[in-house]
Amino acid sequence: MARKAKASGTVLLVATRKGAWIYQGDAARKTWRSSGPHFLGHIIHHLMLDPRDGKTLLASASTGHLGPTIFRSTDLGKNWKEAKQPPAFKKQEGGRTVNHTFWLTPAHKNEPKVWYAGTSPQGLFRSEDGGITWNEFSSINDDKQYREWMGREQDGTPDGPKMHSVIIDPRDPKHMYFAMSGGGVHETVDGGKRWAPLIDGMEVVGGFDPKTVTFHDPHCVRMCPSNPDRLYQQNHCGIYRLDRPGKVWKRIGKTMPAKVGDVGFPMVVHPRDDERCWVLPMDGQTVWPRTSVEGKPAVYGTGNGGKSWTRLDSGLPKNAAWWTVKRQAFAADTAAAVGLYFGTTSGELWASRNEGKAWSCIARHLPEIYAVETATIG
Amino acid sequence: MTDGIKILIASPLLSYTGANTVEARGTTLGALLNDLDARYPGIRFRMVDEQDQLRRHMRFFVNGEIVKSLGHPIKPGDEVGIVQALSGG
Repeated sequence: MARKAKASGTVLLVATRKGAWIYQGDAARKTWRSSGPHFLGHIIHHLMLDPRDGKTLLASASTGHLGPTIFRSTDLGKNWKEAKQPPAFKKQEGGRTVNHTFWLTPAHKNEPKVWYAGTSPQGLFRSEDGGITWNEFSSINDDKQYREWMGREQDGTPDGPKMHSVIIDPRDPKHMYFAMSGGGVHETVDGGKRWAPLIDGMEVVGGFDPKTVTFHDPHCVRMCPSNPDRLYQQNHCGIYRLDRPGKVWKRIGKTMPAKVGDVGFPMVVHPRDDERCWVLPMDGQTVWPRTSVEGKPAVYGTGNGGKSWTRLDSGLPKNAAWWTVKRQAFAADTAAAVGLYFGTTSGELWASRNEGKAWSCIARHLPEIYAVETATIG
Repeated sequence: MTDGIKILIASPLLSYTGANTVEARGTTLGALLNDLDARYPGIRFRMVDEQDQLRRHMRFFVNGEIVKSLGHPIKPGDEVGIVQALSGG
């Protein structure tokens, strides 16, 4: 009996405002086969494959009407089952309500079924059964100080304040980071018993006090897989690098071209070289258009930890492209020549097979893209 | 315990019930939704949040009258409608 060939290769997990799509590349990453839409009409905030088992796929979903939930698949999206207990705050006087789960992070490799979720409004949740049931994690969701730092609804992004960039140190599952828009970057070294802000060196909007945690708006924080002591951050107020055990972020975006600036949403790090990362700047002047700068989108990459940046726009529109890329919508694969992928607010999916030197559009006319993740299967 | 209350289901929830009209039991709207959730797991949280508030864009009708409280009494022969509010984009 003929056996169906097992799927293998690079997959792109694309979450949009109206559903999810999965793109599977050929061996050369030249052609892509899509499946979807999954959950047409649902807002999919994040779609993530568990690298530890290579098969558990979680999708964070909501709709304009229905409450938020998590869907789970173990066959790359052929079949989905809803979580039995999605992230939800405890019921109490003045208690909060999860609007949506914004961020999904598979935990440490030694905790194979553990996942973390960051929500809007800001809350941290943990699943110990592969995403079937979720509970509040740590004390920060109700901590008086943290609640003050989280601010209120109007202190967050237009789509609600968010907890994101939940990062686990691959050397120690008790060492974690998260970031909040707004509310700064935070770290624990004891598995979430205690957290502390990590905001020194980060700037805030002019006229405000950078010592006040709630004013900080990190957009995306990434840890270098090849060096867990190095973090890169795209912030509302610039691009930063932090080398631990140091505690002061260094603004490396000052070396970006002045006309472009160093405002943006996403941050992508190289899988094997901690000197290399990529950003996608946007217009953050005056009323914050949040479009590409002058309608001319470009990725900028550094190969020396932010000392200098190179514009990488070959193949991208030369003008009149007024889109941008959200904080979860830019990702790298782990191939020898690293593939970079981003999804735009106008529903285009762009790919580079050579670390940003040349770009091609692999899908158009999708809904607004919220998140792009990569995974290797097979 | 009220038996067999007829419930009209909004289209976004058909993935749970598989039918436009289903039945559940309960003497209040809250009890009815609890029973509905026992029959169709997960459906309640899509309509009612963790603070037991009806979600902002869901509407509940009993015999054609809008109802805004989980404590609203339900009696035999009542007809309950669950619809989505006119919103979206």
